[in-house]
Amino acid sequence: MPRDAVSHVVTQGPAQKVLELRGLHKSFGPLSVLRSIDLIVREGEMVFLIGPSGSGKSTLLRCCNRLEEPTSGAVLVEGQDILGPKVDINQVRQRIGMVFQSFNLYPHMTARQNVTLALRKVARKSKAEADVIARRMLDHVGLSDRIDYFPRALSGGQQQRVAIARTLALEPRIVLFDEPTSALDPELVNGVLGVMRMLRNEGMTMVVVSHEMRFAREAADRIVFMADGEIVEQGTPNDIFGAPRHPRLREFLSSVGTA
Amino acid sequence: MNDFAANFFNLQILARVWPSLLRGLTTTVLLSAVIVPAGLAIGLFVAVVHSLRNHVLRWAVVVYVDLFRAYPPLVLLIYVYYGLPFFGIDTDAFWSVVLALVLNTSAYFAEVFRAGIEGIPSGQLQAARATGLGAAQTMRYVVLPQAIRNMLPDLLSNILESVKLTSLASVVTLPELLRAARLAQGNTVNATPLIAASLMYLAILWPLVRLTTRLERRTLAAR
Amino acid sequence: MQTFSSNFLNWDVIQTYLPDLLAGMWVTIKLSAIILFSGLLVGTCLALVRMARLRLLNAVIIVFVDVVRALPPLMLMVVAYFGLPYLGIRLGGFAVACIVLASVLSAFTEELLWAGLSTVSVGQYEAARSTGLTFLQMMGSVVLPQAFGLIQAPLASRIIATTKNTALASVVAVPELLSQANTAQGYSGNASPLTAASLGYIIILLPMVLAARRLERPREAA
Repeated sequence: MPRDAVSHVVTQGPAQKVLELRGLHKSFGPLSVLRSIDLIVREGEMVFLIGPSGSGKSTLLRCCNRLEEPTSGAVLVEGQDILGPKVDINQVRQRIGMVFQSFNLYPHMTARQNVTLALRKVARKSKAEADVIARRMLDHVGLSDRIDYFPRALSGGQQQRVAIARTLALEPRIVLFDEPTSALDPELVNGVLGVMRMLRNEGMTMVVVSHEMRFAREAADRIVFMADGEIVEQGTPNDIFGAPRHPRLREFLSSVGTA
Repeated sequence: MNDFAANFFNLQILARVWPSLLRGLTTTVLLSAVIVPAGLAIGLFVAVVHSLRNHVLRWAVVVYVDLFRAYPPLVLLIYVYYGLPFFGIDTDAFWSVVLALVLNTSAYFAEVFRAGIEGIPSGQLQAARATGLGAAQTMRYVVLPQAIRNMLPDLLSNILESVKLTSLASVVTLPELLRAARLAQGNTVNATPLIAASLMYLAILWPLVRLTTRLERRTLAAR
Repeated sequence: MQTFSSNFLNWDVIQTYLPDLLAGMWVTIKLSAIILFSGLLVGTCLALVRMARLRLLNAVIIVFVDVVRALPPLMLMVVAYFGLPYLGIRLGGFAVACIVLASVLSAFTEELLWAGLSTVSVGQYEAARSTGLTFLQMMGSVVLPQAFGLIQAPLASRIIATTKNTALASVVAVPELLSQANTAQGYSGNASPLTAASLGYIIILLPMVLAARRLERPREAA
């Protein structure tokens, strides 16, 4: 299947809001980790979250699919508040993909089985259908020759690409990336970034927490800078890297070196 | 409710049977004190023999260990108890119990020691020797400290099992704790002795169970 | 030596009692099957219940598991068989043996499995949930297979110990293999039935011990 034939964009016309956070708060006991976060992510956007460690970036991401339960506020996915009591979170999670820093592939299953598990159990596809989809997804991330390999026989970069395929198989409307390349050896990072670039070009809506500043500069539509649980500044890569306004952002950029 | 207390927590009956229960407990402790060290010693010996890398000896060790791990201790005990007289060995039930249970526990301890010894990566030994440490020093400072720490949970859980095994002696009428409790229960037609004996077992063994659990979890996480 | 073989390896005596011994072996196998199945099942359920982290329920489970692991199984059987009648509950030997030994196995299984579940990395739980799997789907397809894999060696050891413990049922009048051999030995004044019974137990248990040995090997290589 030719790669440029894939598109994740569903609607034409003005981009709709895929993800919206309103007044999001998260505390762990007395410790306040997220303070009054408001954020909108539109269809096809790639939003980068940057900031010093402890700024709450990962927690923010994990609140989006309720791996962390927000203390207060609203999380709207395509207009639906997923924090409501009557929400079937398992069905919602099909629409929100997540890629983890430590890949979290199931070690007792092959690449193919990793991808088909949720297809069969959550999306209720038949084994045959699931297999076809898995094959297509793994081919899409460039691993068609490793379909029946176990995670331990794959490099870190390959494992992460399987993890991405696993998430794409469910046809999510948005994919969240939690430091996807931080656990990879330097020479494997580009493989994964290449896949992320490809997804972006296909119009996938993405929110990425990462330290890859060069990639952010080149690929992001919008960069959001967080510190101490708050969004301090946001803007295009040119705004953020070229003309940072807030002192904390300037401090942060000089400490990581303007990539 | 009153009935319940009278049948299970009867203090008067407890006072009466307490001496015999205490004697039973002493026998249980005595049995354990003989069986556990003997089992450890023989188990260690067997593990060392296994490490000598002699094919015939190794095979003998494996047969011994697998045989006595597959042999139900109660069956072995009864076999030894009834069998010894045929050999003209007329001895106390105590020693039949000791023999049978030592054979059983030594097999388990042998396995623990073997795994402990073999579990130290050879890289450690090489590194130690490469820095000039002698064979005995390597054993003392590098191998044993790690091996003992690795083996501790398994050793403790096997010691726990050994103490519990002493209760089998009641079947060949050795007056350890369980037997004393059974007799007292029969004589007084009251279940209090059984409850008392259970509490006495718990008092000794519960701490050991808690300790074993904590150590087991730490080892599992480290693997 | 003649005395030895006529007293321990007397084929005539064994032949006389062979039907009883075989019947006893069958009872042993039945006991083992029932106890292993129910003990493993209940133990797994207890560990799953513990994941709900309800304080009171957890405390009850922990107390149960600790007590059952600390007391000698024979003590538990004696209490159940001779003590319960005082409460008006009169259980047969077979029932007592099944309930007690299954409880013991479930306690050990719960502890082992709980340790295994705690060791499976949090990322596995998260990855499974984030793809929309329900709790039971996550446990069944992702977590439990890994947890059981981690504990397979000690669990195998426990299964073997439980099977050996069926011999204790002879004390509460269950006509299993040891009990039959004991009776035969009493009547004949000859130890040969016990030899036969020993062989019978080893036939059942040695394959299990050998299989368990093979499970231990990958662990040592780590």
